[in-house]
Order: sequence, then C-alpha cells, then structure tokens
Amino acid sequence: MSPHRAARSRARRRKVLVWIAQHAVAVGLACAFIGPIVFVLLTSVMTDQQSLSSQLWPRHWQWSNYTAVFSTAPFGTWLLNTVVYAVAATAAMLLSSIPVAYALARFRFKGRNTAFLAVITMMMLPPQVLVIPMYLMWARLHLTGTIWPLVIPSLFGDAFSVFLLRQFLLTIPEDYLNAARVDGCSELKVLTRVVLPMMRPAVVAVALFAFFNAWNDYYGPLIYTGETPSHWTLAVGLASFKTSHAVHWNLTMAATVIAMAPVILVFLFAQKAFIEGVTLTGVKG
Amino acid sequence: MTTLPLVAPALRTRRRRNRLRVLLYLSPGLVGFAVFLIYPLAMTVWLSFTNSNMFSPAQFVGLRNYRFMLDSDPQLWQAVRNTGWLVVIMVPAQVLFALGVAMVTARLKAGAGLFRTLFYLPALAPPVAATVAFVCLFNPASGPVNHLLGLFGIQGPLWFDSPTWSKPALTLLSLWGSGTVMVIFLAALLDVPAEQYEAAELDGANPWQRFRYVTLPAISPVVLFASVTGVIAALQYFTQAVVAANVANGSIQAAPGYPDGSTMTFPEELYTAGFNQFHAGYACAMAVVLFVVAMACTLVLLRRASGYDPQHTQESPL
Repeated sequence: MSPHRAARSRARRRKVLVWIAQHAVAVGLACAFIGPIVFVLLTSVMTDQQSLSSQLWPRHWQWSNYTAVFSTAPFGTWLLNTVVYAVAATAAMLLSSIPVAYALARFRFKGRNTAFLAVITMMMLPPQVLVIPMYLMWARLHLTGTIWPLVIPSLFGDAFSVFLLRQFLLTIPEDYLNAARVDGCSELKVLTRVVLPMMRPAVVAVALFAFFNAWNDYYGPLIYTGETPSHWTLAVGLASFKTSHAVHWNLTMAATVIAMAPVILVFLFAQKAFIEGVTLTGVKG
Repeated sequence: MTTLPLVAPALRTRRRRNRLRVLLYLSPGLVGFAVFLIYPLAMTVWLSFTNSNMFSPAQFVGLRNYRFMLDSDPQLWQAVRNTGWLVVIMVPAQVLFALGVAMVTARLKAGAGLFRTLFYLPALAPPVAATVAFVCLFNPASGPVNHLLGLFGIQGPLWFDSPTWSKPALTLLSLWGSGTVMVIFLAALLDVPAEQYEAAELDGANPWQRFRYVTLPAISPVVLFASVTGVIAALQYFTQAVVAANVANGSIQAAPGYPDGSTMTFPEELYTAGFNQFHAGYACAMAVVLFVVAMACTLVLLRRASGYDPQHTQESPL
C-alpha cells in the first residue's frame, strides 16, 4: 500500500469513528430526553403497589387507571374547562392580533417604532408585575372565580402573537400587495384575500403557541379560579391531584399523561409550523 | 401653481382616511395596551405606596413597604437569594446545555430531523405535568434516577426533599425542557456560512479555535438573546417551584418553599404576600422591583439587537 493510500484510508476510518461518536452522543441524549416520558407512560399503567416500588416495567398492565383518574377527581370538568379556555383564547387572539400585526408591518404612520417597542415591552413583562391591580379589576367586575379574566384579554391582542405575525408579514414582498391594490382591492381585501392565505404558516404557528400556552398555563387559572375547583383547568387540578386525593403515583402519572398527550400529539402532526415559528422569532411565549 | 389647490383637499382626505384606517387596525392593540398594561402598571406603582389589603380602601403610607422590604423581611431575602441562584446558575447551565445539544444536532448526518424533534418534545410538556413527573422520577425511594445511580454505586441525594438538592433538581428539569433555546441555536448554527469554516480549516485552526473565532462571533446575538430571555423567565419562575414543593411534600398545607424555603422564589413570595396574606400594597412594592429589573434586562436586549428597523429584522433575533 502506498503511503498516500494509507493516509486516505486512515482519514476515512477517522471519519467513520467521528460519525459513530456523534450519533452515539445523539442517541444518548435522545434517551435522556424521551426517558422521562416513557417512564410516565409505564408508571401510569402500573398497579398501586408496583408504582411505589422501583420496578420500571409494569408486571400487570392496569389500563383502568385512566378511568380511575376521572372518578377520583372532577377530571372531566377540568379537561372541558381547559379546552374552553384554550379554544376561546386562541380564537380571540387571532381575531385581534392579525390586524394589529398587519398595521405594524405594512402601514406607514408616525409612532410605528414606538408601537413596536410597546409590543416588545409587553412581551417581556413578567405577569406578576400587573397581577394585583388586574385581580382587583376583575374582582370589581365580579368575574373572579371564572375563566373570563383569562380569555377576555386575548380579545385585545397578544404581544407575542403580534410580534411573530409582524416578523412574518415583513417577509412578504410589497409587490404582491401593490398588485392587488392596483387591481382595485381595498386594504381589507388585500389583507383577507392576498395576505392571509400567504401567512397561513405563521397563523398556524401562533394559533398553536396560543393554544398550548393556555393549555399549559398555571399562574392565571391559579389566581382567578383558585377558590373554585369546578372552574379549575387541568394544570391547577393536576398540581393538587397528588396532594389532595392521597392517591398513588400510578394515578398521578395517568393524569400527567392526559395533560401532556394532546400537546405532544398536536406537535407531532404540526411540527413544521412549530419549528418555523420558533426559529422565526427566537422566542416562545 | 394652479393644480395645488385642486389636489390638496383630495390628498388631505386620503391622509385622514389613512390615519383612520391605521387607528382601526390598531384599535384592539391600543385598547389592550391601555387597559391591560398602562392602567395596571400605574395602579401597581400607586398601590406600592399604600397599605392596601385587596378589599378595603387603601391609605397612603409613603415608602413604608419598601423600607419593610429592605429592613425587616427575612423571608424575602431567602426568596431573593433563591431567584438569584436561578439567574446565576440555572440560566447559564440551560444556555450552555442547549448550545451543546444544538452543536451535536447540527453535525448529525443521519436522522437530524428525528433527533431535533425528540430534543424539542419535552419543551412542550405542560410545566405542571413535567414537574409532577420529575418529582416522581427523582423520588428518593422509588424513583428510577436514584435506582440508576445505585447501579453505579452512588448513593443518590434526596433531590426535591433536600434543601441542598432541590434547586439542582429544578435545574435538571429546566435542562430537560430547554428544547426551545436549542432550536433557536440550531437555526443560528446552520446559518453560519460553510466557507468560513473551510477558510479557518485551511489556516490550520483547530476545532476549539474554529468555535471561538468563527461560530461564537456568528451566533453571539442569539446567545445574548437566549441569555436575556432566560433571565427574564428566571425572574418569573413560579410554577415549577410551587408544584415541586407541593407534590414532594405531599400536603397542600405545606409551608411554601418546601423543603426549608429552598424553592421559595421572588414571584412566589409576591403571590403569598398578595393572595394568601392580602398585603396587596407590599406585594405591589415587590412587583415594582420586579418590573425595574425585568425592564433593565429588556433594555440590554434592545440595545444589542441591531434595531427594530424592518430592513434589518431578518438578521437580528428581534
């Protein structure tokens, strides 16, 4: 073998080794990321006794845990409340945020940059800063103890969604809009007929983010529905599940699966929109 | 000269119509801004100077809430220290970990998409569900983590039941859910031009030098962005701390911050003061402090991001 060929095969062997090392690390990481989810799934079908031991594989697959969750706690009600909250908040957000984002991205007016700064400020503001006056405001309107204080603000635009939609709208070339305007479209028609179909990926992304944010929200429902278990959402119910029902880990994990599953399933179906949304803005709400 | 008076009224009506249209489109945002930001913000500041107890009329007490915060609330300082721990240790750990995972993912030749999905998945899990799962996973008696450590001859700590290990356990939870930051880093890494790496390699740069002089400068705006948003998230850290304490303790009547106040965060202290003890004025004083710190962080971010000019938006993270 010539020294040249030996060097080449050495380089090729090194390349293969690097390939193996990189993928080994990736597989290891994947196990660490997915492990907890698999563990939750397995524990959720264990018997009471086994879930208190350190065994990992269910000896007997007790699927009835999932129905038991609904009979030991008002889980059905919480699930329904969560769906109502998430759907209503998402719909309200879309209705209000799209025009605001369109104006910020496409209209020229004085104070446009200031308005955008205000959006960023709202996005970065911890909810705790405003929570006391907001609570007092909703209490005066006799709406505490319901999910309305969580839904109504979405009717007036959501800072994160406005931000993401605006970023996307800026990528649409002005020529498309001008062509429609020359053809005699009103501005509203330009938005609904030309822009909206083009911004579908961004709309899907913000809708998913809004839906999941409402689904995952703990702070809001805790503040506004804390004293009224019949108005709780899954997040609040699940947080108190282990403590207030003195149940075993298996039921708690079944409840955890019910809270996690919709989010993960929807994500698996709409991955592309999601990842695009994340990379477009660099943030999640 | 003669055409001007003819055009001007038409132009003026068009301008006015334009202005009306802008107002119409912006109106939900403007109302939201006034009702859900300006009004409550002004009220927070006002209430922070009063002895408001949520329901009976408030009286002006000057700086008493702020003085009490500085002088005589020992519990608050523990909360400040805990939140400081999150900012100083959890946030950098999360940023470094996400960057490391992104770098591994960026180099993968086979199954990059699948791995990216798997790494991102936990970031979507509802925080309450993820926390409950982690308390079970790290349960000292029956949890698989300590079982696994035992196989290596390591005596696992008490995790969520130990004042020393509760915050590290929460940090592991945040690493597990750091997929969002990872995706942002990944996008930035894939945007670094390949020619730059080739040029560096021709100049004989080793992997560390390539990272230091090619990768890092290219992604530094994203690192800053991830760090600042991470700090803002750490300042409002609430859900995981509260849920972990409740579930680990197993009692809803547990003293907040279980074990030994080690998971008590600043926002939790604010919540307790406002909604359990009804010291709304004092809670608002804490909210003002939180506001100042969060806005300072936002300012850093805006200063560094190369402006919010539409022409540059694609390049800057903002």
